[in-house]
Amino acid sequence: MPAMTREETEALIQEVLEVYPEKAKNDRAKHLAVNDQSLEKANKCITSNRKSLPGVMTIRGCAYAGSKGVVWGPIKDMVHVSHGPVGCGQYSRAGRRNYYVGTTGINTFGTMNFTSDFQEKDIVFGGDKKLAKLIDEIEVLFPLNKGITIQSECPIGLIGDDIEAVAKIKKKEHGKTVVPVRCEGFRGVSQSLGHHIANDAIRDWVLENRDGDDSFPTTPYDVAVIGDYNIGGDAWASRTLLEEMGLRVVAQWSGDGTIAEIEKTPKVKLNLIHCYRSMNYIARHMEEKYHIPWIEYNFFGPTKIAESLRRIAAHFDDTIKEGAERVIEHYKAEYEAVIAKYRPRLEGKRVMLYVGGLRPRHVIGAYEDLGMEVVGTGYEFAHNDDYDRTIKEMGNATLLYDDVTGYEFEEFVKKVQPDLIGSGIKEKYIFQKMGIPFRQMHSWDYSGPYHGFDGFAIFARDMDMTLNNPCWKNIKAPWKKETASEPVKAAA
Amino acid sequence: MALRQCAIYGKGGIGKSTTTQNLVAGLAELGKKVMIVGCDPKADSTRLILHAKAQNSIMQMAAEAGSVEDLELEDVLKTGYREIKCVESGGPEPGVGCAGRGVITAINFLEEEGAYDEDLDFVFYDVLGDVVCGGFAMPIRENKAQEIYIVCSGEMMAMYAANNIAKGIVKYANSGGVRLAGLICNSRQTAREDELIMELAAKLGTQMIHFVPRDNVVQRAEIRRMTVIEYEPAAKQAEEYRSLAQKIIDNKNMVIPTPITMDELEDLLMEFGVLEEVDESIIGKTAVAEATA
Repeated sequence: MPAMTREETEALIQEVLEVYPEKAKNDRAKHLAVNDQSLEKANKCITSNRKSLPGVMTIRGCAYAGSKGVVWGPIKDMVHVSHGPVGCGQYSRAGRRNYYVGTTGINTFGTMNFTSDFQEKDIVFGGDKKLAKLIDEIEVLFPLNKGITIQSECPIGLIGDDIEAVAKIKKKEHGKTVVPVRCEGFRGVSQSLGHHIANDAIRDWVLENRDGDDSFPTTPYDVAVIGDYNIGGDAWASRTLLEEMGLRVVAQWSGDGTIAEIEKTPKVKLNLIHCYRSMNYIARHMEEKYHIPWIEYNFFGPTKIAESLRRIAAHFDDTIKEGAERVIEHYKAEYEAVIAKYRPRLEGKRVMLYVGGLRPRHVIGAYEDLGMEVVGTGYEFAHNDDYDRTIKEMGNATLLYDDVTGYEFEEFVKKVQPDLIGSGIKEKYIFQKMGIPFRQMHSWDYSGPYHGFDGFAIFARDMDMTLNNPCWKNIKAPWKKETASEPVKAAA
Repeated sequence: MALRQCAIYGKGGIGKSTTTQNLVAGLAELGKKVMIVGCDPKADSTRLILHAKAQNSIMQMAAEAGSVEDLELEDVLKTGYREIKCVESGGPEPGVGCAGRGVITAINFLEEEGAYDEDLDFVFYDVLGDVVCGGFAMPIRENKAQEIYIVCSGEMMAMYAANNIAKGIVKYANSGGVRLAGLICNSRQTAREDELIMELAAKLGTQMIHFVPRDNVVQRAEIRRMTVIEYEPAAKQAEEYRSLAQKIIDNKNMVIPTPITMDELEDLLMEFGVLEEVDESIIGKTAVAEATA
């Protein structure tokens, strides 16, 4: 299928909007756009970070998901208490594949579910007493924990539990950091506000713990990796590159991270931001308070990795600059072999994405390294500054869709007929049943890592084995094949 | 006779609990089988019937037992003067938790446990002063109280509250069968109080079902944790409550109220001299500004 023209893409958007009632149509029209690289600011073409419409199938999460699930959850040596009824904690348990090193239940707690398991009486009489008791119990049962966070579920905001008071008292009693997080699910329009609230909680309750304490020996090459959640080991595959070029990674936020690393972050020379959406707030705060500069980087695919390594190195002296070149050179044979093997099998294939924080733009380069083209992309919970950064990455006349509805996404796919879709578990089976190869781009479909040069090899293999899987030839029942008007699009 | 469920609302401190219990004692004397459901975290809606300080409430017992499912009806349902059944929903200390949810939980529990006995004639819900959230509207939702009585007096804030409660009733009257059944004037001995309340009742589309005069015997009985009817059956005040009870038995005047605007209410109060005509020129002026003017 040839690339769509600007007019065709615009017509497609109008066609898809047609089914909505007038008010919904006007609202959704603002969230769908045809990309125009010449625009400087995305707000000229797309609206984002607004309330989803009632009645549509949105793919968004809530503030609790943003705080507990994304920002705080991966900090492995703290216990994260889901304060409220049992469901939020249980259904978000261990779902994000944030890998970590440690003995779960002894000195790390990442995949466990701690909850205050609210009952009627806790709603009526308040849950603060129960919370205090459960913190005491955590201290007895899991004495090697390095701190506790209290992740508020919806009812906490309704009944006004004073979790800050409990946190202060228990911090004093146990001598460990206890962080109250007001991330009630009903706050904000998506998980995005949860990220912000979680960042603010780090700022207010953890970050300044070592202010005025210079006992930690620093080097001129100290950096922190911020916004890498180590999904399938992503942060590890990133960290090695930084270390090989001569930098010292003092902290990983928050995949495989610890509270000690967070406390030491104000001592670093440069903050490296991978997921800008979920952690730009704390990076800006550290810039303001500790004068630590920050830069965004992208470790998907060799082109972006090399660009990023050089950009990071530019903040340091020649030893690091040489280190960056050395690292790029070192992996060159490896990634060229990956491209040589997979590019012929993937060349020209068209991809549609719909993901979360950074991937709708960050993975474009990795696909391009394999000769593939991203023809549509969108974010669940982006703000304007995310789309500002996306416009330049996407080709002209490609589709942008913000907080896409289930209906819109399906219709776009039917018309655009991509060869591959990258999105989440909720979308996966619908598109597979439509006969279109699909990769989960939140969890890497239980594979990974995809970051770094090591991750690129896995990424390329995974895309190939999904796209060129022989199963797609057999998607239609044999007795329906004769009458099929068009061949299955994705068949290799 | 089919079960009649009535809810008593009114401004805080107006005498809802005292009036309810005396009236219920009157009904019991007339041979009616009655249950009182206290819907206030203070849990003081049944003390005059039970001669108790404060009855163990459903929520308090549920908290001790672990959950409301662990409770039995006989744990929370007590029987007092003339076989009047008493239950208190209970709730948290001021400033914590959610009292509204307590009322919802307690009433659901009573329904599930079959507290609404077939041979009951009346259930009275004695509800916390203001309908602050959905929980305190629970007694007037579908299949609960169909008749609302508002206790008020000739004081401005009591009438203001009565009008507000009428607004709340309109909301639920349209979706369910709840109706305003009358105003009970619990006298504060203000001037022309009976006429004023009758006038307000007329404006709301209802009636003043009874004027309960002020009498110290109510306080004397209360100190003994008794209703007047039990403490001094021959007192004139006991006769007033009997009369109120009989009027409620005979009451057929159920309406969707027609609440009035703030201006209309103020006009009414000015007409009766409760409120003075506002001098527009003094609004927002400090004492100093007035002195120098």
